[in-house]
Amino acid sequence: MISIILLSGFGIISLFVGFLKSKRILLPLSLLFLAIVFGINLLDWNDTQSYFENMITIDNFAVAFTGIMVLSTLLILPFTQHYITRNDENIGELYALILFSLVGAIMMVSYNNMLMLFIGIEILSIAMYVLAGSDKGSLRSGEAALKYFLMGSFFTGILLFGIVMIYGATGTFNIAEIAGSAEAMGTDGVYNAMFLLGVLMIIIGISFKVSAAPFHFWTPDVYEGTPTVWTAYMSTVVKTAGVAAFYKLMDAAFAASYASWMPTLVAIIVLTLLIGNIGAVVQQSMKRMLAYSSISHAGYLLMTLLAFNEFSTSAILFYSFAYSTASIAAFGVLQLVSRQRQSENYEAFNGLGKTNPLLAFAVAASMLSLAGIPLTAGFFGKFFVFSALIENPDMMWLIVVAVILAAVGVYYYFRVVIAMYLHPVNEDHAPIRSTSFINVMLIIISVLTILLGIAPALLSDVL
Amino acid sequence: MITALLLFWPALAALLVLLIKGESAKKVAFIATLVEFAIALFAIVNFVPDATTQFALDMPWVERAGIGFSIGMDGISLLMVLLTTFLVPLIVLSSFKHDYKNPHVFYALVLFMQTGLIGVFVAMDAFLFYFFWEVALIPIYFIAAIWGGARRIPVTFKFFIYTIFGSLFMLAAFVYLYFQTAGTELAAHSSNVNAFYQLTLDSATQSWIFWFLFLAFAIKMPVFPFHTWQPDTYTESPTQATMLLAGIMLKMGIYGVLRWLLPVVPMGVSQWADTVLVLSIIGIIYGSIIAIRQSDMKRLIAYSSIAHVGLIAAGIFTLNEQGLQGGVIQMLSHGINVVGLFFIIDIIFRRTNTREIASLGGITQTTPALSIVFLILLMGSVALPLTNGFIGEFLLLSGVFQYNYYFGAVAGLTIILGAVYMLRMFQGVMFGTKSEATEGFADLTFHEKAVLIPLVIMVFWIGLFPNTFLSISEPAVGQLLSIINR
Repeated sequence: MISIILLSGFGIISLFVGFLKSKRILLPLSLLFLAIVFGINLLDWNDTQSYFENMITIDNFAVAFTGIMVLSTLLILPFTQHYITRNDENIGELYALILFSLVGAIMMVSYNNMLMLFIGIEILSIAMYVLAGSDKGSLRSGEAALKYFLMGSFFTGILLFGIVMIYGATGTFNIAEIAGSAEAMGTDGVYNAMFLLGVLMIIIGISFKVSAAPFHFWTPDVYEGTPTVWTAYMSTVVKTAGVAAFYKLMDAAFAASYASWMPTLVAIIVLTLLIGNIGAVVQQSMKRMLAYSSISHAGYLLMTLLAFNEFSTSAILFYSFAYSTASIAAFGVLQLVSRQRQSENYEAFNGLGKTNPLLAFAVAASMLSLAGIPLTAGFFGKFFVFSALIENPDMMWLIVVAVILAAVGVYYYFRVVIAMYLHPVNEDHAPIRSTSFINVMLIIISVLTILLGIAPALLSDVL
Repeated sequence: MITALLLFWPALAALLVLLIKGESAKKVAFIATLVEFAIALFAIVNFVPDATTQFALDMPWVERAGIGFSIGMDGISLLMVLLTTFLVPLIVLSSFKHDYKNPHVFYALVLFMQTGLIGVFVAMDAFLFYFFWEVALIPIYFIAAIWGGARRIPVTFKFFIYTIFGSLFMLAAFVYLYFQTAGTELAAHSSNVNAFYQLTLDSATQSWIFWFLFLAFAIKMPVFPFHTWQPDTYTESPTQATMLLAGIMLKMGIYGVLRWLLPVVPMGVSQWADTVLVLSIIGIIYGSIIAIRQSDMKRLIAYSSIAHVGLIAAGIFTLNEQGLQGGVIQMLSHGINVVGLFFIIDIIFRRTNTREIASLGGITQTTPALSIVFLILLMGSVALPLTNGFIGEFLLLSGVFQYNYYFGAVAGLTIILGAVYMLRMFQGVMFGTKSEATEGFADLTFHEKAVLIPLVIMVFWIGLFPNTFLSISEPAVGQLLSIINR
């Protein structure tokens, strides 16, 4: 709880620091804030407390997810260094917005009430709409912001409708009470139509937020237009919060009516896996490929929603963090490469293994991790997700589909590796310039990816 | 402890080699692999020839989930470790005259791969096995893709995707099996090999599990019709990578069948054994006939490898002792012969710049040593009595005959067809008149002899005293059979 209050305060402080002439201090200050929040957050471990008339519950689930989201943000922010060196006009707002959006994300993993979930999603989303358009000189960035905002509001509306329907059917916003009344309602397996419609609309609303197909169509365009640092945030922290909130809702409120919404969710997952993986294959731009890959990873993550057992939450936690570290490294290096080579295509990475061994290694480790190959965290991510699902014997076929599509994933991730290590350097390509700070961050991220690939128990046994 | 040392020493040495820039990297790598071989010899001296898993080390890995870092060696594992540790120093030595770019990376990858290979052979936990299975793939992919021939990028990419595709099915099967196991007080399930052996699944389940696992192993071996990646990859890879692939990595697939397929789903195996035997025998005939038609020596050996592996696969799926023992001994023999043959092709290629049989000829006139060594390895490969190939193929064929007379008769064609393509190659390359390319062909150098002589010794050792090796694997194979026939 203190972390929510602190983060809000820190956000305001960042706004005021933004008025200073030299904005150099903004980045280290934000990192310090995040480090403090990370530490404070851990104090709530094993100390479940409810706040605001039971609107928010900080339990271990919330603490663990808050922890990995704050950590991911900590790893992303160093890649904003170029804002600082350019000393742009309004960068104070950007740091403030990130901190505010993180407040929304924390609320999404600790809500106990549908209203809190809605407020959390809105706090997160509105900050993201602004960040998507934060590159004011770029048309594409403006387009991304507008698209994201229009679509986002539309789906927020659907989500809100869903919440209202559930309220109409059960008379409460509290998720535990919803579960109770749903159980009472569905003793003979038949549910009120209003209730079912509400669940369906909520599923659609949140599916949009985690970019699950067929509500994914905004993802490639928005990811492509958004400045790369914020794309990294969008595809990691936002997705983690979305999936965790989704899981919590389905587990705590709608587990009893599982049979009624399961087919919908299965269809969404299969479509997401198909569109994400097949879509990524045909891309020429690394950034668009990562956008489709983020869709496909949403599919793998959502698979945990089909089985509520002791493995599910650990699986989401581990997978999200493995996916986040890998994506941050990929987007981080992509940002450096695309700025200095004016291209986001695979060709821009040609010969990176020779010119910048460190950057290339970080990207290679993250690509292996995203592809789910052992020695990297991504392997155990997929492993835990499949483990969570396999106790549900009806879902064996879905695992087979996911496995085949994971093999497709190897194809497009390895195109990057091949470009870096096997294609010769283009003559007019100078080595990529990178700062030692960013190099250190990339080393930390790669070490995390490999460490979790060797000793997964560090994170998987937490929850 | 010895097993852990065997496992981690190459990885440590790889890190060390990575720090050494320039040519001395290959010497350090060679010494490191010799040390590894010495450790393996130490293990074999201390090995008690019974069916138990020895030198075992069992530590928790993901404790809550019952996944252990369990390693150890029984007779079959030990022979595979011996093969790996014996061949890798020779493979490193065979590269001494090559000038690979970035030698420190090359040798680090070779050593790193050795860790993966040893890991596959000593893992006694399903997920650890899968882990090393993939760990072995990554370095060989980079070795082949960075230092390979002109078409290396698409060819190695196909190889990589193909094998990953298969192994993901293996992973899915392992996860399923894992959830069927009974656990301990600490964890609800266990992925230890013994927990897998105790499973009693109904035959429908065993049937699909069989295909999930078999797909991964069949692609690796490769069994017809999953072989399409193999000839191109063998041909395009640098010689050392081809040796690693054909000499050792192929055995991962066969070893996987022995350890993780036959005893885990015996009912599934007996349901599909006929199908596998038919596929393997098609592979024998198909590989041999295509080998006869090849004009490139490296491609010829690649196809002959499909034929030889086909026979091994056919033998072990007969599930009788001759077949299994023959499979184990033939894994050693094939590894030794194929590494030797690929090295000889490399020697010829570097002196003449061609691998085309038609543009070679008359090499025997100036090279007594090369001719003799080549002939011995060739005879080993076509299973002439007194050589290693004879022991393996004889046991394998007698296993297949016991299983089914007709299968045995067709599989037996391998010996005739093998002689046809091998002798045809030897004739075209070594006899006849000298061509432009073979003018002034020099005999073996000291380095080349240092690689080939140990191989020739092994050809005769296995050929004359097969019991040295058969007795090591016999109790383990016996136990395997008793688990299968439970």
